Amino acid sequence: MTVIGKLKLPKAANGKSAGRKSMIFLLIAAVVTLVAPTFITNKFYLDVLTLIFFTAYIGQSWNILGGYAGQFSFGGVMFFGTGAYTSTILLTTFGIPPIIGIFAAVAAGAILGLIVGYMSFRAGLRGSYFALITLAFAELLRVLANSVEFTGGGVGLFLTYAPSLKNLQFDTPTGFYYFSLILLAISIAVAIWLERSRFGAQLAAIRENEDAAEALGIDTLRCKIYAIMIMGAMGGAAGTFYAQKYLYLDPPIAYSIALSVEMLLVTIVGGMGTVFGPLVGAFVLHMVNEITRNFIDTPGLSMIVYGVILIFIISYLPNGLMGLFRKRQDVLGGSLETTKNELESKDA
Amino acid sequence: MLTAAVLNGLMYGAIYALVALGLTLIYGVLHIINFAHGAMLMLALYSAFFLFKLFNIDPYAAILIVTPASFILGYVMYRWGIGKLSKGRDQNILLITLGLSIILENAALFFFTGDQQTVNLSYGYDALDLGFVFLSYPKIISFFASLLICALLWALMSLTDLGKAIRAVAKERQGARLVGIDVEHIFAVTFGIGIACLGAAGCMLLPIFYVDPYTGNIFVVIAFTIVVLGGMGSIIGALLGGFVIGITESVGGLFLGESLGQIGISLIFIIILIFKPTGLFGSKV
Repeated sequence: MTVIGKLKLPKAANGKSAGRKSMIFLLIAAVVTLVAPTFITNKFYLDVLTLIFFTAYIGQSWNILGGYAGQFSFGGVMFFGTGAYTSTILLTTFGIPPIIGIFAAVAAGAILGLIVGYMSFRAGLRGSYFALITLAFAELLRVLANSVEFTGGGVGLFLTYAPSLKNLQFDTPTGFYYFSLILLAISIAVAIWLERSRFGAQLAAIRENEDAAEALGIDTLRCKIYAIMIMGAMGGAAGTFYAQKYLYLDPPIAYSIALSVEMLLVTIVGGMGTVFGPLVGAFVLHMVNEITRNFIDTPGLSMIVYGVILIFIISYLPNGLMGLFRKRQDVLGGSLETTKNELESKDA
Repeated sequence: MLTAAVLNGLMYGAIYALVALGLTLIYGVLHIINFAHGAMLMLALYSAFFLFKLFNIDPYAAILIVTPASFILGYVMYRWGIGKLSKGRDQNILLITLGLSIILENAALFFFTGDQQTVNLSYGYDALDLGFVFLSYPKIISFFASLLICALLWALMSLTDLGKAIRAVAKERQGARLVGIDVEHIFAVTFGIGIACLGAAGCMLLPIFYVDPYTGNIFVVIAFTIVVLGGMGSIIGALLGGFVIGITESVGGLFLGESLGQIGISLIFIIILIFKPTGLFGSKV
């Protein structure tokens, strides 16, 4: 009963006018971001914006599985790294340009998602166990990438600098800005589609109560595998973006725990299961970064601040910063959540 | 060669077991996965390192200081931190301990820089000649000290009233509350004991390893693998799991090379989680 009640709530609360309002907001945001480079003359700010968009994009990929389907992963970086290696190896070994390679990276990410999802979801892993097995998969791939020949091993792979659209390399920050903007737009479109589609509703049902979802006739295994495949596909493209921007790849970068953490951090801080949560979180992360750097330029400080924010958000704002904008749902969702917690703690 | 690798694996395995013991104990009683375990170990390593550097206290003697200090830290951290903030949800605790590990790791980076630190003991390079293999004294001491601490912990759990109370809370927390056990206190004590294991492990690890802000990450996956292998909450499981992982690592390194050899650990982890998530000695999760 709670599942159905919760699912219907957002629709009733939003209504048609809210939908139109967010459409107008999206339109304005699209126009502003599109013309922004002509007004921002300082290239540094453009670079920061590019980073924010990239972080928001990779956070959104985590949000699909973590926020909408409720399956937390601690190894999300595996799709990023695999995508990066796919397009880079296609380029360096076979001479296939990244504009085609990025699609191969997307496919590689989705296939990896299928494999990991099939293995772990079929074994019935949930909650912390699922989080840990994704961490182990990422570690496994890091060790493999470090050991085999075609990834360049520990030495890594160097890409040549040859700016052109075909190579997805640009000689101005504006090029990469638009590249990241396109990725971000796609990820937001995916999230909006999830909020409106039947598939998205099925994922929400799984998130709220998997057993109940199963009882309602939802093929939970299939839905969760689709979700991790979408996450994988998005992560794969992010890998290509990174490789073409920074022109270097080695196993600690491709499969870094830090990036796995970053994508879940920004999403949780911004708001899980919301369209703009990852973007808000990414914005806050980079602002904290810039501000702390202005005070004391010692590595570590910004992440300390961010860790504190994370703990605060989890304890007091479970719906993230986006929860502040959606007070009404927050109250209702919160009360359901508490009831569920009470029931669970009685079981334990 | 093989016996040497197996012996070396056993030596490291005992310390791994100690790290995993803290994790499995916390899981067994509190049913929470402490993701900050690696970061806490890193903290213990730094404590032992600075005790040696500033006061010239031998890392093995530092066990007597770092272990009780770790217990107090763990107790306080749970009672007035994690326990209060998480509101009892499994995933919340996972994320809060993740946040904690981010804070600790970066605080270490901020205060101690990212450089790798090691200690030079006067007896650090002395080794015992067994005829077919050399074993360094620090490794031997760490091995037996780890076993001793495991035995002490087992005795604490099975022979004392405190141990009985901890086991009662682990089995049936409502029932324990009804017979007058202060459950919140026992939770914090258990968390403290788990962190105290890390304190001891850190002191024993320092002479044969190094410390930097990210040392903990190396042990997170190892410790989780051992715990999953041995079964969440099982002390015997953690000990045997530690040996298995230690040996897997060193034998894997022998046959597959330094780099690919590490693959065994994550592989075991994945296989166990998929095929027997309750572990070899674990009760039903």
